Amino acid sequence: MRVTYLDNNATTRVSDEVIEEMTPYLGELYGNPSSMHTFGGQLHRKIEEARGRVAELINAEPDEIIFTSCGTESDNTAIMSALESYPQKRQIVTTRVEHPAVLNFCKTMEQKDYSTKLLPVDRLGKLNIDELRETITNNTAVVSVMYANNETGVIFPVPEIAEITKFRGSVFHTDAVQAAGKLPIDIKKMPIDMLSISGHKLHAPKGVGALYIRRGTRFSPYIIGGHQEHGRRAGTENVASIIGLGKACELAGKNMHEENTRIKALRDRLEQGLLKSCPDARLNGDSENRLPNTLNISFEYVEGEAILLRLNEDNICASSGSACTSGSLEPSHVLRAMGIPFTAIHGSVRFSLSRYTADDEISLVLKRMPEIIKELRTLSPYGRKAAGTL
Amino acid sequence: MWEYTEKTKELFLHPKNVGEIENPDAVGEVGSMVCGDALKLSLKIDKETGKIIDAKFQTFGCASAIASSSALTELIKDKTLDEALKVSNKDIAEFLGGLPKEKMHCSVMGYEALEAAVNNYRGVKPPEVEEGNIICECFGVTDTKIKRVITENNLKTAEDVTNYTKAGGGCGKCVPEIEKLLKEVWAEKVIREAVKPKKLTFIKKIALIQEIIEKEIMPSIKADGGDIELVDVEGSKVTVALRGTCTGCLMADVTAKNIEKKLKELVSEDLFVEVQ
Repeated sequence: MRVTYLDNNATTRVSDEVIEEMTPYLGELYGNPSSMHTFGGQLHRKIEEARGRVAELINAEPDEIIFTSCGTESDNTAIMSALESYPQKRQIVTTRVEHPAVLNFCKTMEQKDYSTKLLPVDRLGKLNIDELRETITNNTAVVSVMYANNETGVIFPVPEIAEITKFRGSVFHTDAVQAAGKLPIDIKKMPIDMLSISGHKLHAPKGVGALYIRRGTRFSPYIIGGHQEHGRRAGTENVASIIGLGKACELAGKNMHEENTRIKALRDRLEQGLLKSCPDARLNGDSENRLPNTLNISFEYVEGEAILLRLNEDNICASSGSACTSGSLEPSHVLRAMGIPFTAIHGSVRFSLSRYTADDEISLVLKRMPEIIKELRTLSPYGRKAAGTL
Repeated sequence: MWEYTEKTKELFLHPKNVGEIENPDAVGEVGSMVCGDALKLSLKIDKETGKIIDAKFQTFGCASAIASSSALTELIKDKTLDEALKVSNKDIAEFLGGLPKEKMHCSVMGYEALEAAVNNYRGVKPPEVEEGNIICECFGVTDTKIKRVITENNLKTAEDVTNYTKAGGGCGKCVPEIEKLLKEVWAEKVIREAVKPKKLTFIKKIALIQEIIEKEIMPSIKADGGDIELVDVEGSKVTVALRGTCTGCLMADVTAKNIEKKLKELVSEDLFVEVQ
């Protein structure tokens, strides 16, 4: 059965063009770019080409990009670097809705005598900018705020936050793992010091990421060893994946328009269709400032894992913020931070689209979802409270 | 992704005995939507024989909660109430061919619904608020329930308690209290089950030492990421091996002293402990 893949904020399909570009470097061109001989050394040029492509996606200079192993490494590296560069400053400012790559790293730093201020969000998942402004002090080493949230797609006003942070004299890092390739980012127009990118979220393979480091930003490497990446990230380059990431960034740039027109239209069709056909469904997050591909919707009186496993019977892939899908029995920290009632968190489902999403995939979900919700509500002791089954 | 058995998947996709019995003789409701799972069980009971003739359920919850509920109704049908009450959460899990350990609380919920239904039938009024103090505020779990589940399932770590009751699975603030309850239960259990005997055969002594190490001492050592093993007993000398994070730990001596104290208290005054 064909897979209907609507879980692109989890990971994406590697595009055929990317695979094609990478293939020779997994096979006959296996050299080490650090070697003196042409066979290996020639790969260096390909890596620099990829660097240029990644830089272009966010209008950066190639020497401002380093390659890493994933988005998490980029996030860890950025925050650690800021802390080590300003050792007298002991505070980190971030938000309650960050990815664990940032949140758990900050928690670990608390054991090393750093304090972390987690900024709250409102019902729509938006930050209070005045509170952010008041929170940053002379003691703040780094402010790390994600560009867009992975669960709800809510976009933060990063240009404004970057300006505030710069004015206060702290380092600003943004986890742009979900935003890069989906939103136009012009790094020259906002004072972002560091920005994280992950390959597998934009149709490159897993196991490769990038970190943008603005020229002039103090930097301290996280992985220590050889001279690769001009000493800023040691370790033999993941040549094929880096080349793949470069190609994927180039394609993302070209497809940006489609992302914000066709994909957005499909997402809106799915959203409106589900809200209409499923009683007691509600949208989670700010519908205005949102990634064009993301839909987070709660179905009251039913539980998310049950929905996902029913969808799974039709090979439809999505995610849920329900406690039962988290592996730790803990419901989504993002939806809880937004003050969404537990009843709605348990029944939350995230659909995330990509440029490979086809019309008929959306049609299939629109057909199956009301049936599944109705079936599960029949099973549920609260089902009768739902208007649709009365 | 959870590793559900075929039986669990089957009963989730095609649950049996779904719905509500009209004019039921007994109804049991447990859980709440806030907790993320809830079960309403309704029973038809033959007044002459006291047998459960029909059982139906409605469940709000994940796949394993739905499958556990379905399993429960299958297990209790045609049983008398007393027989049915002997169906434990373990039986429900076994009926499903096992549940992922994080999902054991689903089977506990099944057992509780049955208990509530039988109380309802027998006119035993459920306490207005569940007895005991709320320990886990996220999921509203009381110390009474945590202690009962620890005892019934021989739970040893706070993580086990979370898997069986959800307590501690939300914000995690109550985990230290759960650990305290674990210690309490095991201390009571050991003392209750083995009041310090006057005279012991050697074999019995080893068995008792082993039991006390497992039940009284191991939980707290495991909570710190370590492990302990009884190596040998010769006369009054008890040799144990500490593993995991205990290895090379500066506190190993203190641990050994504590073990010795417990063994002196519960088995025999002349015992002393050596760490291998």
